[in-house]
Amino acid sequence: MQDIILSVRNLSLDFRLRTHILHAVRDVSFDLRRGKTLCLVGESGSGKSVTARALMRIIDKPGRLVSGQILLDGPGGVVDIATLPERGREILALRGGRIGLVFQEPMSSLSPVHTIGSQIVEAIRQHRKLSKKDARARAADLLRQVEIPDPERMLDRYTFEFSGGMRQRAMIAMALACDPDILIADEPTTALDVTTQAEILDLIRRLQQERGMAMLLITHDMGVVAEIADEVAVMRYGRIVESGPVDSIFHASSHPYTRQLLDATVRLESGAAARSPAATSIFEAKAVEPVISVRGLSKTYGSVGRIFGFGGGSSGGLKAVDNVDFDLYSGENLGIVGESGSGKTTIGRLLLRITEPTSGSITYRAPEGRSVDVTGLNKTELRAYHRDVRLIFQDPFASLNPRMTVRQIIADPLLVSGQMSDRQAGERVAELLRLVGLDPLAMERYPHAFSGGQRQRIGIARALALEPRVIIADEATSALDVSIRSQILDLLLSIQQRLGLSFIFISHDISVVRYFCDRVAVMHKGRIVETGDAETICTNPSEPYTRRLISSVPNPDPRNKRMLHRMRLQES
Amino acid sequence: MLADNRPLVSSLASAETGPAISPLKPGASIASDAAAGQWTLIRHRFFRNKVAAFAGCIILLLYLIGAFAEFLAPGLPNASRPQYTFAPPQRISFFAPGADGGREFLPHVKGYRIEIEPQALRRTFVIDENKVIPIGFFVDGPAYRLWGLIPMTTHLMGPLDSREPMYLLGSDRLGRDLLSRLIYGTRISMSIGLAGVAISLTLGIVFGAISGFYGGWVDTVIQRVIEIVSAMPTIPLWLGLAAAIPLTWSPLSVYFVVTLIVSLLGWTGLAREVRGRFFALRGEDFVTAARLDGSRERRIIFRHILPSLTSHILAVVTLAVPTMIVAETSLSFLGVGLKPPVVSWGVLLQDAQNVRSVATAPWLLIWPSLAVVTAVLSFNFFGDGLRDAADPYDS
Repeated sequence: MQDIILSVRNLSLDFRLRTHILHAVRDVSFDLRRGKTLCLVGESGSGKSVTARALMRIIDKPGRLVSGQILLDGPGGVVDIATLPERGREILALRGGRIGLVFQEPMSSLSPVHTIGSQIVEAIRQHRKLSKKDARARAADLLRQVEIPDPERMLDRYTFEFSGGMRQRAMIAMALACDPDILIADEPTTALDVTTQAEILDLIRRLQQERGMAMLLITHDMGVVAEIADEVAVMRYGRIVESGPVDSIFHASSHPYTRQLLDATVRLESGAAARSPAATSIFEAKAVEPVISVRGLSKTYGSVGRIFGFGGGSSGGLKAVDNVDFDLYSGENLGIVGESGSGKTTIGRLLLRITEPTSGSITYRAPEGRSVDVTGLNKTELRAYHRDVRLIFQDPFASLNPRMTVRQIIADPLLVSGQMSDRQAGERVAELLRLVGLDPLAMERYPHAFSGGQRQRIGIARALALEPRVIIADEATSALDVSIRSQILDLLLSIQQRLGLSFIFISHDISVVRYFCDRVAVMHKGRIVETGDAETICTNPSEPYTRRLISSVPNPDPRNKRMLHRMRLQES
Repeated sequence: MLADNRPLVSSLASAETGPAISPLKPGASIASDAAAGQWTLIRHRFFRNKVAAFAGCIILLLYLIGAFAEFLAPGLPNASRPQYTFAPPQRISFFAPGADGGREFLPHVKGYRIEIEPQALRRTFVIDENKVIPIGFFVDGPAYRLWGLIPMTTHLMGPLDSREPMYLLGSDRLGRDLLSRLIYGTRISMSIGLAGVAISLTLGIVFGAISGFYGGWVDTVIQRVIEIVSAMPTIPLWLGLAAAIPLTWSPLSVYFVVTLIVSLLGWTGLAREVRGRFFALRGEDFVTAARLDGSRERRIIFRHILPSLTSHILAVVTLAVPTMIVAETSLSFLGVGLKPPVVSWGVLLQDAQNVRSVATAPWLLIWPSLAVVTAVLSFNFFGDGLRDAADPYDS
């Protein structure tokens, strides 16, 4: 086969941990072809990233290559990368020279103390004997290829002056610096917004086709796979369970795990079909009082006038949230979507007064019908309010105290409020754990014994402990794998039906919001640009911003690539 | 994740149920950390660092020596014997020529004889290979009170006849046994810093916690105070204070008071450390969660933040003790810390101040310095290991 540039045969990697040996990769074989893209898809911990790193022999300790071949076709014949010494000259020449790598995190993979230009020049001069001037000219050319405007000037900028998307472009330029034959992209767009993701994927795709490179793209997102892949390999627990052309994987998959992965993605994509269709706009129609109603809510950061105690308050500063109005009705799921920096997380924090609002009002209707002005509550009243309105955090790892057992974590709000004795609290914790689908026997364990999805269930149990009325879920599923994500969403929906809760669901993920919410508010630059019925917003939005946002979401169907026909809005 | 039993997995009967793992040795079972608390994890991590664990054993040994100094020392620290000044160290031998001309088992040391140096006409002691002094374990020796309470005469080891000389590490210019003095010195040197560290610790945690938790102007005030305090020069202060304390006080209490005063200035480093940790932890999600759970400030500090700090604080304290030991040694060496008749490593080193005594009796310099170096190194290795193990939750 002429066009195979790299072929991996029976690759196995072990991690020798303190308590056991983890066989992270087992008997993995695949081929990369010139001008084609192979997507390695799998959930976290499936071994996809470490496989890619093995191709460049940059496995972190205590990982070890146990067996297998990595055959790279080159001008001097076929080389087995697996047998090269890890610090040898040959492997250094390959890294960056013949194989380029783009990392997930554009924030930390570029040096903050060097200019973008000097980093690219460095990458070029590592492998090519070019003068500094020539290398710089080439760097500018590379920036032009990755569509960074005004490349000559941008070379002298520092990393912090670049946005996330620009950084990822610069990272790609660096990976392409020496015209590699193979580009490995490890979750290149996971940290980016959907609109930026669409642009970056588009760019990678075009560059790859122009240069005839082979590409190995690692992702957990079936939508991205459908948009970009030629071939797909599905990984699970260190094995490739199924591989083949993209169309047959999506439309004729044989392995149950692949189907399950696709189901989870497609189910989220299909919207809240399972929910009662009458849920649309009955809330406004019935003219019931909302549980929470927000009027003119604003939060300004770094206003000059406030720091020095004079001047007109809101002069200058960053308006994180700008004059936001919305209502949350009882039993309703309100989604707040927006890209990073749109102010959606700040709204959640303002509602709970973790952050103090600059202006505006939040009115909470207590169960006995009394209206409470949340912005004017003192500490004691705020504690009572916090019992009714609870928060589910984004990060299931940081939000649970690692030094407390699950029982202590969930019982904490019960004990603090003084409602229960220790024994009663223990019974309630068991009940809550059953409610969120965990074994009550696990309550004496520490959080580190649980997976991400299980930890998020613990976080949900903690939020439910005090029988709240409203739950604010701030990106509650974005740290989770897609199959776990839909499980958690279904769990929340079933709990809602049983307990009659209202949700404010903050997310950047449109498919999740569509699946979970009745109504959606779309945020952009601190403002709510559009509010409406979830189905309408997701299928037929009226605002141009919303339309652009929706059209950037990758569609998990290779026969209907949405992103290629997406709307591009010329904007800063 | 070890205990990963996602429902997703169990619904697929045909598929594998989790990542492939195997035990470290064939046939061994796979350990689980699921119910292991913070200290168990720290212990696991700490004992993986063999050097730190070894250093910990040395520290324990030093404190045991300090605790049972009277029993372990062959003699009394201040018992001088002018007939054996600057006696060189003896070697322990196990076989002695027997009465019948053969060799019999008899643990012993060799005695001394006097030689006159022809140039300086100075008396020196040299080992006399013919004089056999039998020694043994648990022998009767000079009377002492264990911990100042229990009258005893038994020593771990010594000459069977307590009038005979036994100087395993040599003797000083008054004919006192260096080994006994070193053992007694361990008690003082290893413990005198602890009180100072304890005071620094208390002040540091209180001010650091207040500063870090409340922030704002409280933080500003405390930070400025810390800067002023840490700008004060310590060594002149030590010298001045040592001179200002009444001469009638016992040397030990003088030193104790000086340590206390200096520790009142030494808390700043710890306070900064604690403040930094508080700042970081205050923004953690789990602390926000505790606040939303309705916890009051005191509960947040004591139940959620401080437990995350204790291991770090322990490491900082362990690293502060050697500084105190070195301070004691150097000040005593300069003559402003502890003074005779108190016995500490620094006091022992005073005897090695001039070149002449070092030339005639190098053991006076070697052994006390070795004790100081061992103690300080052990504390540093131990503290480093503890610091590395202090946060078992970072990936």
